[in-house]
Amino acid sequence: MPSATLLGQALISGVLAGGMYGLLGLGLSLSWGLLRLVNLSHFALAFLAAYLTYELGTNYHVAPWWSAAMVVPAMFAIGLLQHWLFDKFRVNELASLLITFSFAIILEVAIQLYWTADYRRFETHYSTLSIKAGPFYIPVLELVLCTVAGVLAWGTWLWLRRTYVGKALRAAAEDADIAAAYGVDHKKLAYLLSGLGAAYAGVAGTFIALIATLAPAQIWTWLGVVFAVVIIGRLGNPLGALFAGFLIGASESLAMAVFSPAWAPVVSFSVLIAILLWNPEWA
Amino acid sequence: MGVSATQSLPRLAAAGAIVLFALLPAAGLPAFYDSFLYLVFFWISLATSWALLSGFAGYFSLGHAAFFGVGTYTTATLTTQLGMNFLPTVPIAAAMAALLGVGIGAVVFRMKRLRGELFALLTLAVTFVVATIILNTPIDGGAGVFMSAVPLPHILPTATGTIYMLGFIMCVLTLGIAWSVVHSRLGMGLFAIHDDEDVAEAKGVPTFRYKLAAFGLSAGIAGAVGGIHAMYVGFLTVAGTFELSVPLYVVLMSVLGGARHWLGPAVGATFITALLYAFISGGEAMVGRAIVGLILIVAILWLPEGVLPAIKQWLKRRRRLARPETRAAVVPVVPPAAQPIKDRSLLEVRGVTKRFGGLQALDGVDLDVRASEILGLVGPNGSGKTTLINAISGFYPLTSGSIRIDGVEIGQTPAHEIARRGVARTYQIPRPFANMSVLDNVSLCATFGGPARSRAEIRDEAMHWIVFTGLDGKEEALPAGLNLHERKFLELARALAARPKLLLLDEVLSGLNPAEIDNAIRLVRAIRAQGATIVFVEHLMRAVVELSDRVAVLNEGKLFALGAPREVMRDPRVVSIYLGKAYAA
Repeated sequence: MPSATLLGQALISGVLAGGMYGLLGLGLSLSWGLLRLVNLSHFALAFLAAYLTYELGTNYHVAPWWSAAMVVPAMFAIGLLQHWLFDKFRVNELASLLITFSFAIILEVAIQLYWTADYRRFETHYSTLSIKAGPFYIPVLELVLCTVAGVLAWGTWLWLRRTYVGKALRAAAEDADIAAAYGVDHKKLAYLLSGLGAAYAGVAGTFIALIATLAPAQIWTWLGVVFAVVIIGRLGNPLGALFAGFLIGASESLAMAVFSPAWAPVVSFSVLIAILLWNPEWA
Repeated sequence: MGVSATQSLPRLAAAGAIVLFALLPAAGLPAFYDSFLYLVFFWISLATSWALLSGFAGYFSLGHAAFFGVGTYTTATLTTQLGMNFLPTVPIAAAMAALLGVGIGAVVFRMKRLRGELFALLTLAVTFVVATIILNTPIDGGAGVFMSAVPLPHILPTATGTIYMLGFIMCVLTLGIAWSVVHSRLGMGLFAIHDDEDVAEAKGVPTFRYKLAAFGLSAGIAGAVGGIHAMYVGFLTVAGTFELSVPLYVVLMSVLGGARHWLGPAVGATFITALLYAFISGGEAMVGRAIVGLILIVAILWLPEGVLPAIKQWLKRRRRLARPETRAAVVPVVPPAAQPIKDRSLLEVRGVTKRFGGLQALDGVDLDVRASEILGLVGPNGSGKTTLINAISGFYPLTSGSIRIDGVEIGQTPAHEIARRGVARTYQIPRPFANMSVLDNVSLCATFGGPARSRAEIRDEAMHWIVFTGLDGKEEALPAGLNLHERKFLELARALAARPKLLLLDEVLSGLNPAEIDNAIRLVRAIRAQGATIVFVEHLMRAVVELSDRVAVLNEGKLFALGAPREVMRDPRVVSIYLGKAYAA
């Protein structure tokens, strides 16, 4: 059994890593829960954003917050474009899953053709910065990531709960026809939500560029975990996705510390399967 | 001559192809052809096995790599670590993969309303879990497994020839299995599950068992294919075996060729494998992957049914143009003399209670229905009429109470068992199987609901009821091509084809015009004259009074009144629950 300090450190880094799961899960949860579209290309969009941030940063010396100001709106536009396709062909959940799967593959190939399959790393002077709190180290970037994820999740949650637009969206998710009969312009809202989901992928991508080493195949590494997070956090619930992200991040990190790093992928799915066995109506 | 020639031609072609491909290695082609054709066989087998569950029954799995991988590593472990011969490991690989599939199915198929995309992602999740376990245990251990020391059986003189032959045998076997599934009860049931699972269960299809069987078969074939593929690959890694491209390609091939046709996945697999091979040999493997992705998008948007069904439909349309359609006039049904009502109770409902959360839909209902009787079931909206129909047909498990048919308790019996005991029902809003012709819709109900009969007898029986309900001339049409009146009568034909002892009719008359109602009333009389007992829910009082021997009134989940139609309908208490107290003079 590892020492208490080690476990504590594992817990902290786990929760912080979980912030990334939550942030990636946010956009996914919204489109799946409220639009009934499963967007597997969400991960590819995040990596596209990360590569763009990397490109702008290393070749043009653009600071990541400035590149985010360009990349995030661009992602919003891609989200609108994708939704136009879904809308035009009245795509259902399963077809959306297959189409976005293919779209992700095409993006992966495009990324590999332009940036090659080599590992890319965006070096900044603050990438290794950390705060020391007692015996524990807290990496600053991850802390910022978690704060941003928290603000976005909470803001989205309030938006869905409190405003007319949010209520209209939730009503349309329950029954689009009835909502339309009461004057909800579901189509316009769906476009807004799709754009927003893609924009969140852009935000996640900025942080991926700063924190992770980039390679085209990495697109798929978070797929399983984040889907588990989205289901555990309940579809369409932004705060749920965030907290599920923290939960899974922490449990993975503890599993790595106690057993072996290679066992981490089993954790999220075991939690997911356990929840579904306990309550099949969960998802 | 026409019939025998059109039937034997495909058979001859199939036999010819088998002989040709079996003799091909003897032609002494370069080894390149052996391995290319092996890959074609490999993908045909994998894609076809995927379609057995996902195409036929509509449960899209993204976890085919898990079953394939379990098979691969079963063979690898048994041969390299336990020193077994290669050939006997293949059936073991199939068994292990099938076991995993059935295990997953036993868990997830118990979930009520398992949504399609959730099933897809759960199977994907299983792939990750299995891959991680294999990576972290001595099965692989992260170093990969070399298969080069494992001797191949001497089927053919060359190694590539032997692997070709193994792949070919597997491919023929898989296609044979797919063909026989399509032409069996299992296939019929799976197609019905694809269209409407609840209705399939109510018509007597054991949906849970069938889904498990399809999952086991699908996973088992994938496992056997994996076992053979281990020998082809030579060096196994977890990353290479549990690759995402396996589910991607398998889905793509099936969807492209037509996942609901037994040969569709094979068509798609041949096309895609050739395409990929062209790109790989041209050194553009990445571009090939992107193009495959693009084709999948285009296929889903413009050809959702797949190439093969599209061609079939086109041929059918041409044939129909050549042969003018005969539209038979609706034959009025003349009711023979009614059978006498017997003293024996066919249906006994005792203290039946059904709660949905806080809502008491049925509250201690007692009701006896005598054999050969027509019982009208009326009551205001929300009084529990349809819930009672649902409870008797087994769609809802009872909260408490008991229901007996012919003295046999069915209160907790699954719906398909109840259907086999001779209970058939119709739906208020018709729910035909959307992708099956009228004839197939009725045949399915005759197959699963009625007594065991030969295929020809079932067809005759189905045609009999199609003519009986005036749908003749429409037997090849899809339900979407019927109007409401015809769809209501299709509901009736489906229920009748099961030769029910007890027929539950849920508002068959609603939405029909007066002439159609007269015709329907005659039909119901004719059905009773053939010996069936009928319980029918109806709002139309004219029909209730004309048809019923007795009327039962439900109100707020309780049996409110029971008796002869005219007396019950004049009872001031009954009038008051319908129209309010002021009218109850």
